[in-house]
Order: sequence, then structure tokens, then C-alpha cells
Amino acid sequence: MTTLLEARKVTKVYGGGLFRRDRTVALEDFSLRIEPEPPSITAIVGESGSGKTTLARLLLGMTMPTSGAILYQGKDLRKLSRREWRAFRRDVQAIFQDPYEVYNPFYKVDHVLELPIRNFGLAHSRRERRAMIEEALHAVGLRPEETLGRYPHQLSGGQRQRIMVARALLLRPRLIIADEPVSMVDASLRATILGSLLKLNQEFGISLIYITHDLTTAYQVSQDIIVLYRGSVVEAGDVEQVVRDPQHPYTRLLVGSIPLPNPDRVWQGERVLGRPAGELKPIGSSYCKFHERCPFAMPMCIEQAPPLFQTDPRRVTACYLYREAPAIEPEELVGVFANGHREQAAPRPEVQREGGAGGAGS
Amino acid sequence: MSDTSLRLGQTRPEPAAQSRDGAEIVLDVRDLRVSYYTPRGPVRAVNGVSFTLRRGEAFGLVGESGSGKSTIALSLMQLIKPPGRIEGGQALLDGRDILALSEEEMRRLRLAEIALITQGAMNSLNPVMRIRDQIVDAWKDHGEPVNGREAEDRIRDLLRWVGLRPEVARMYPHELSGGMKQRAVIAIAISLRPKVIIADEPTSALDVVVQRQIMQTLRRIQRELGAAVILIGHDMGLMAQFVDRLGVMYAGKVVEVSPVRDIFKDPLHPYTQLLIASLPSLARKGQLQGIPGLPPSLLSPPPGCPFHPRCPFVMDRCRVAVPLLELKRPNRLVACHLYERDEEQA
Repeated sequence: MTTLLEARKVTKVYGGGLFRRDRTVALEDFSLRIEPEPPSITAIVGESGSGKTTLARLLLGMTMPTSGAILYQGKDLRKLSRREWRAFRRDVQAIFQDPYEVYNPFYKVDHVLELPIRNFGLAHSRRERRAMIEEALHAVGLRPEETLGRYPHQLSGGQRQRIMVARALLLRPRLIIADEPVSMVDASLRATILGSLLKLNQEFGISLIYITHDLTTAYQVSQDIIVLYRGSVVEAGDVEQVVRDPQHPYTRLLVGSIPLPNPDRVWQGERVLGRPAGELKPIGSSYCKFHERCPFAMPMCIEQAPPLFQTDPRRVTACYLYREAPAIEPEELVGVFANGHREQAAPRPEVQREGGAGGAGS
Repeated sequence: MSDTSLRLGQTRPEPAAQSRDGAEIVLDVRDLRVSYYTPRGPVRAVNGVSFTLRRGEAFGLVGESGSGKSTIALSLMQLIKPPGRIEGGQALLDGRDILALSEEEMRRLRLAEIALITQGAMNSLNPVMRIRDQIVDAWKDHGEPVNGREAEDRIRDLLRWVGLRPEVARMYPHELSGGMKQRAVIAIAISLRPKVIIADEPTSALDVVVQRQIMQTLRRIQRELGAAVILIGHDMGLMAQFVDRLGVMYAGKVVEVSPVRDIFKDPLHPYTQLLIASLPSLARKGQLQGIPGLPPSLLSPPPGCPFHPRCPFVMDRCRVAVPLLELKRPNRLVACHLYERDEEQA
């Protein structure tokens, strides 16, 4: 079984070029594999500047990595033929934060639903097309008679976003990459939209990469989670473990900063950590990016970036506090995930290695 | 002035300076009505809203987009611009109706007695002025010292108060992070020690860690200053962590007002119940329950209770009679026909 989509040791640098000083490393040495079976839900969580949106763009082929590669069915996106690219565009769908930008205000919303059907020749008649659209709308809890024939501005933000989910569903993709799909939507609708995404996963077997700043919805939706901080994975694995019992000081700070809807559970924040140790200045280019905010920072944190320590079969933490645990390579990250876990025994077809500037990772 | 038999319904006969449990009231909003005039008709954005703010308390107004919460903030500052219009009601700040003030009187009142921190406030800083000069500018308008040692000392104290280093005074907004900008905005807002601070989604553009830090700073300042804060927003979690009492808005009306613990423990209005049930939690996994249906159009709101088309407990009465916001439990106001009036309390 060929891996559906893979990020292999991906680094993305903006500006400058690798050795210039004004460069910004948006994502560093990131690896992830999404297997076609069983359908999985992976959350990628980070604040602004964590590299999560860069990751979404890389996985969708909207931008190319500076080093490393994104592979669709084992093949580098840069080397796909026209036909393979088309298959990729159909298999991997995107849902973005602000659905309004996707719509052309001069066309009725029907247009965004008809277009993919036409482009991919999915229907043989108008009637069939209409039936497909209605089915997709029903699947996301919209009534076609209240939705079709309207202009984008006549619908609410929540309706527009659900139409995007319906649109993604029309193509029967194998993977949906949803980048902050509900952050512009009111709370009461948020649950509905996330529910329809879950339904796509459970009923249609579509895998989901859910990219968000919101740990709470990530917890609700996903099995596996990756926490990013300034372009690096700080903690990843089973969502129950990571969110309910965070290890990395950054994840602890993040979880402690969530305003829980319970007046009796007081905001923890820095109290879970204590004051930053401070005063440590990195010497080289490799160091833990959280060291300046970390109360546990030690000299070793500024000498070499911590590897991923596997603290549990289902969890890794990139922090020297856990250096007793065995370190794994970034490419082995998927081994701690629910879907990678089960997969491990199966022989993996050898994929041709792409020349992705080895320097970045080793 | 001590009307302890206060009934916080839609109309109240006498001015009151105290709530029923004796707390001193600093702001008393009565039957506020604001509409926006569109080509398709008037949009009743705020449709008869009443609430009271106690001195020094943190009061939350929570609602989804279009519920009218930000319009309330703008009304209280007299910043409603055409096609919007305040059509009725009063807002008594220490007994004086600020909705009836002239433009000039209101200008003097802003910052000095009532200040607004908004969602995009960070972008309201003037990009070509140093933070120091923006604070001084605010003072100039109100006849405060703007030069000399005293001013410099006060600026430094003010910045320290909101958690900024003194050097920030000489910086331009672009040199500051989003969180620092929001702190600078708070510094300006509190520089004249207002009695009331309205914070309209003050942190919705910030990351959760910074959000918490800013909100904790705001709470500390509020307590030290003894100011009352109206926190306006959509995030129930933020409300739970910040406010003492919470008002829930739906379709231009306040449907419930209660001490925050009571609302989360035992929400009375069906909308509040569903809203709280829809919150994703870290405690239980796998319950994603939204509220079916959509909020009504404010161009043609439904007759009766605005929530009746979505309400699981709807009765015949709800379709015709607008429920009034009344005391139905001790310290708890709710606008819903399900509840009998708490006669003993009222």
C-alpha cells in the first residue's frame, strides 16, 4: 500500500536563501506520512508563526519546500506528470479559514459546487449533477432549497463554510487538509461544521489533516496531534496523552492558557511552569527555540536542538527533560501515530529518494 | 437613590444607584434601541437592551456575530455612525444619561470616565507617532499635564502598569508585537482612570498565551483602578475566566443575566443551555453538538421570542409574546416563558 501523502524532511525558508541572515525558517525538518488506510485524523496545532499554514501550503503543493520533498503516492510533487497532478488535485482537497475569499461574488454558490463536477467530468447529465450536489449538501446538514440559487453574500459564514465542506466531499477525495476551518465561525456552528468533517471521516473514509491554533477543537476531532513551535515539532502523538498530560513546557503553557468554560477551573498559564530561566544565549544555529521562555532551560538546550524523545509508544517530546527516553529520527514520527502504529509491520514499498539537500536534518 | 426593590425588566420607574444586593451601580443601561437603516429596511441591531454595571465589577456580554454586542459598545461611546441610529433608551453613568450628551460633552467624557478597547485596537494606534506622544495626545484633550518630569514619570508608571518596559514610550507601533500593542492601547485607555472600561473582543486577534497574559493584566489593572469592565465577546471560555456576571445576547436582546458560576452550572435560557452544550471541552471527547438552525434576520425578526424557531422547548405563547427579561431566580434574570416569575424575590 503506497503512502498517500508524505512530507519527508521538509524545510521551508522564506527570504534570503539558506545562508542569508534575513531568512525566516518557517518549517524545519518536518516529516509526516498519511496512509490511505485506515482513514485518520491528524491535528496540527500551533500559534501564529508556528509554520502551520506554511505546512498546509506545502502539503497542497501551493509552495515547494526549500529542502526535502512532499510525495504523493510516493512521488515528489515536483515530478508529477499532468495526469498525476490532476489525480493529486482530486485526492487531496483543501478547506481554508475564510470561505468568502473562495467565492466569486458575481456567481451564485451553485457555481463553486458545479465547477469541480465539470472539471473532473463527474456527472453525465444536469440531473445527475444536481443530484450529486444535493447529496453533498445534505451530508453537511444544509437544505439544498435554502442554499442553491443564492449569492455568497446572502449566506452566513457558517453556511459558506459548510458549502466548502460539501464541495470537498463532491470529489470524494482521500484526504482533506483543513486550515483553521472554523476559526471565523460562531461557537454554535463550529460544532456543527466539525461534526460534518468527522462524518466525512467516519462515513466516507476520508482522512483529515486539521490545522488549527485551537487545542480544544483539535482534541475533540483528532486521534493524533502534532504541536509546532516556530517551525519545529515540540510534541506529537496520541491526542489524549498530549492534551491531557502535556510534557513539553510549551505544550504545558499552551494547555494552561486555554480559557476553560468553567469558572471553577482557574486559568493556570505561567503558574504551571514558573518564570523563564533566561540568560542563556545560543551559540550555534541549532538550539531549542523555546529556551528563552522556558523555566527549565539548561545549557544543553542552546547547544543543540533536542531530538524527538519517545517517551511512550504513542508519544514523542522534543525536550531534554525527557532525554532518558530513546531519541527517534523525525521520519520515524509517524510510528507513534495511531495509523502509523498499526502500519509498521506491513512492508513498505521502497520509494525513490529525492535529492532534498541533506544538510538540513543531519 | 437606594431603590432596593429594583426590577430589572425592560422598563423601570426610578433611577437607581444600587442593585438589589446593595452593590453600587455605576452604569445603568435602560431599554437601549439601535437600528441600522439599510435599503431593505431597518436592521434592529439592539432591540431593547437593559443591564446594570456595578462599580468595580467585570461584566460580560457574550453573543454570536450579529447579536448586537458590539453595537452596544459603540452606542455607549456615542460612536454610532449613520446609517446607524440610537433610537431610544438611556445609559446612566453615575446618574447622568450619556446618550443625551452633546458631542463636546461626550468628547470630554471619553477616556476620562468611560474608555473603549476594541478588537482591532492595535491597529488604532497611529503608525507614525511614538507611543509616548499618543498618550500625551489623549491627555491634551483633557487638560492633563503633557510636558515636563511629571508627564514623563506618569508615562513610565503607566507603561509599567500594563507590563511594558519604559523604552516602549519612545517606540513606534510597528516596533511592537501584537500583544505589546494591545498593552499600549490599554495604557491609553486607562491613562485618565475611567470608571468604566469597555473591552470589545480585546484579544481575539492574539494567540492564546498572549491572550491570557493580556486578560490577566487587564484584570489586575481593573482591580487596582477600581474600574468596572464590560467584556464583550463570543468566547464563553474567556467569559468564564474573566467576568463576575454574564449577560447572554441573542438577536439584539439580552436573554439572560446571572452570576457567571450560575450560568455555567445551571443555564436557564434554552439558548444559553445549547450554547454551553456546544462548547468543545477538554473534559469529554466526542460530543460535537451545534445549535440547529440559524439566528433570525434582524430585518424581519420573528414575532414573539426571537429564539423560538430554534428552541427545543417552544410553546404556543413563545410564538406571539415577547418574553421580558425578569428576575426568575435570586440574582438571575432570564427572558423566557418557561420560567415563572420569582415572586418572592421580585
